[in-house]
Amino acid sequence: MEGVLNALVLFSNFVIIPGIAYGSQLALGALGVTIIYGILRFSNFAHGEVMSFGAMSAILVMWLFQANDISIAPLPTVLLALPFGILATIAMLLIVDRSVFRYYRQKRSAPVILLIASAGVMFVLNGVIRFIIGPDDQRVSDGARFIVKVREFKEATGLSEGLAIKTSQGISVVAAMICVTMLFWFLGRTRAGKSMRAYSDNEDLALLSGVNPDRVVLYAWILAGTLAAVAGALYGLDKSYKPFTFLQLLLPIFASAIVGGIGSPIGATVGGFVIAFSEVTVTYAYKRFLGYLVPESWAPEGLAQFLSTDYKFAVSFMILVIVLVVRPTGIFSGKSL
Amino acid sequence: MLAYRKPLLFAGMAFLLILVGMFQSWSLSLTIINLCIISAVMALGLNMQWGYAGLFNAGVMGFAALGGVAAVIVSMPPVQATWQAGGFGVLAAFVCLLGTIAAVLVARRMIRSNAVTRNIATAVIIVVGVIVTRGIFTPAAEAIEGIEPAKTGYLGGLGLPILLSWIVGGALAGGAAWIVGKVALGLRSDYLAIATLGISEIVIAILKNEDWLTRGVKNVNGLPRPVPYEVELQQAPWVLDLVDKYGLSAIELSSIIVKLCYAGLFLSVLLILLFLAERALHSPWGRMMRAIRDNETAANAMGKDVTGRHLEVFILGSIVIGIAGAMLTTLDGQFTPTSYQPLRFTFLIWVMVIVGGAGNNFGSIMGGFVVWFTWVQAEPVGGWLIETLTVFMAADDPLRLHLIDGAAYMRPITMGIVLLLVLRFAPRGLIPEESWRR
Repeated sequence: MEGVLNALVLFSNFVIIPGIAYGSQLALGALGVTIIYGILRFSNFAHGEVMSFGAMSAILVMWLFQANDISIAPLPTVLLALPFGILATIAMLLIVDRSVFRYYRQKRSAPVILLIASAGVMFVLNGVIRFIIGPDDQRVSDGARFIVKVREFKEATGLSEGLAIKTSQGISVVAAMICVTMLFWFLGRTRAGKSMRAYSDNEDLALLSGVNPDRVVLYAWILAGTLAAVAGALYGLDKSYKPFTFLQLLLPIFASAIVGGIGSPIGATVGGFVIAFSEVTVTYAYKRFLGYLVPESWAPEGLAQFLSTDYKFAVSFMILVIVLVVRPTGIFSGKSL
Repeated sequence: MLAYRKPLLFAGMAFLLILVGMFQSWSLSLTIINLCIISAVMALGLNMQWGYAGLFNAGVMGFAALGGVAAVIVSMPPVQATWQAGGFGVLAAFVCLLGTIAAVLVARRMIRSNAVTRNIATAVIIVVGVIVTRGIFTPAAEAIEGIEPAKTGYLGGLGLPILLSWIVGGALAGGAAWIVGKVALGLRSDYLAIATLGISEIVIAILKNEDWLTRGVKNVNGLPRPVPYEVELQQAPWVLDLVDKYGLSAIELSSIIVKLCYAGLFLSVLLILLFLAERALHSPWGRMMRAIRDNETAANAMGKDVTGRHLEVFILGSIVIGIAGAMLTTLDGQFTPTSYQPLRFTFLIWVMVIVGGAGNNFGSIMGGFVVWFTWVQAEPVGGWLIETLTVFMAADDPLRLHLIDGAAYMRPITMGIVLLLVLRFAPRGLIPEESWRR
């Protein structure tokens, strides 16, 4: 019995908890992609860099707070700085929309032209971010590191495996829950949100009904900027902030959005968790986990790992391929908000 | 004016390269020319996909890297010790993998009646196949990587002439393109972009981590060359004659001769591909491609197989990119998986095609030259610009130092801005697509 409990604790420690935290971050990123897709109808390749920009602005403000000894310990200071990061990201996105995307929207260019423009924006942001903060690793977390510590858990339960929940993981989940709840409330209950859904569903009909397209686009960028900044800051808080990781995050984020059904917010949320859990379960080494469950003589020799962590992108890609082959519209048949 | 544009632009480019030769050095100018030609070939390949057919390939990097790995596999001498240690295991694992794929195909064909049974059978076969394959493969790979890891620790190649790898590289890239195209074509255009982005990331991850095949991040150095070595040239009597005649140093002259040889090889590939591409573009096939690009629905209604043609042109373009990737590795003389960066290998090629003029082969070549030239010169110019602009600040002002450090990032910023400006104000590029309507 104790073996099973130990195995369960081990599994939640290395698979379930990191999976939920990573899933929350991916879901927030994918929601941003999906909202832009639903309203502006193109895949925004710059979204990874937008997340990075949000995280960077939050870090810059965080340094200002830290220098002046403003903190909200035990919570990390970056949370206090996050609103400023969000505002900076929204401002940046609105400037970009004004100078780049609006022209193609008015010209009614093909989505793929907007996609290329977004790749250009990605290029510029990529350089600007490195120009401002440099290419190096930045530590974001301060305050209390853990909510549940390994040693305390072991003492409380008497098990040989300890459970640890990092503060960053707890915050990721709570923040994602708040964001997603508020987003669904906004889309479902407010006038602005309903106009967005109508516009996404049928543009012409919405325009005939008096929906102001410029307003809808403005809301879309504000929502995407908010979600991106939160997602970026949380990812940075959880894993430390490195500018180059955000380009690599693009694939799991797009995979999440497509798996759930691109354009569908519920799909993006679910898709984020599907991708995160597949990545974590496939790259986890089950050696110790099996060691608790099966007799010693059966225990595997190797790490009992399906795929090394270097190939975690391959997991998102495989899921993407399966979805594209089996059900190209995604789990929730997307295309409208 | 438009009729003179093409020759004028090419003359201008040649003039710039001559200026570099006169004021910096001829050797540098030739280095730039060689990379310009390779970039032009890559741009030519991407132009087939985007310019002819309107397909967005966000994974140029992956296809170029496949060409690079072909250079290693074809040209490096085989390492006998590692073949003895694990060669059989790797081959057996490969056969096992093929067997699994075959079993899946057979099972899916045999079980027709029930979709659930069929999917369960597929899943079971895949899981069993992967476990068996890994059981054979892992010890073999470890044995290979264990043999003199500092010197070899990989299987080596086939020991064939490196020029052959240009063809093999094209074939590898074409094979990968077939897989991606089969999955993602025929769906929304964005899906191809994301699928290609994914495959390129995976290709790079494999090249970085499968040490038994490519030595991973330890790089493969000293690839055989298709041209003579500088040291040999410096001894050759005819070179010594030239040294006396032109008063250049033997070292500089030999390096110029080597680079000229490369340039000749690359140029012949470029010209052959350009000839083929032009013929294809002006043939009924090319006309059909443009028809599909401009109005898929109408082309479909006229009985054209849109997805099939897309797959065809996507594979062809990827083959050209793969050839260019193999050429690049040949020129470098070494294979470094870490050098494959998406900004340099995917988006830079995109800038070339868009700036040059999508749909026009000469435009892509022009774009390859112009953009590579700018890319090379952007960093020194950017650094100089920042130093000049901050000259009023104190020499040790932290802000000034930070700005000077950041000059390296002027490259992505410049390229992004160039892309956005061209896309907005001159979407047809330097040499626009020809219009056949007269």
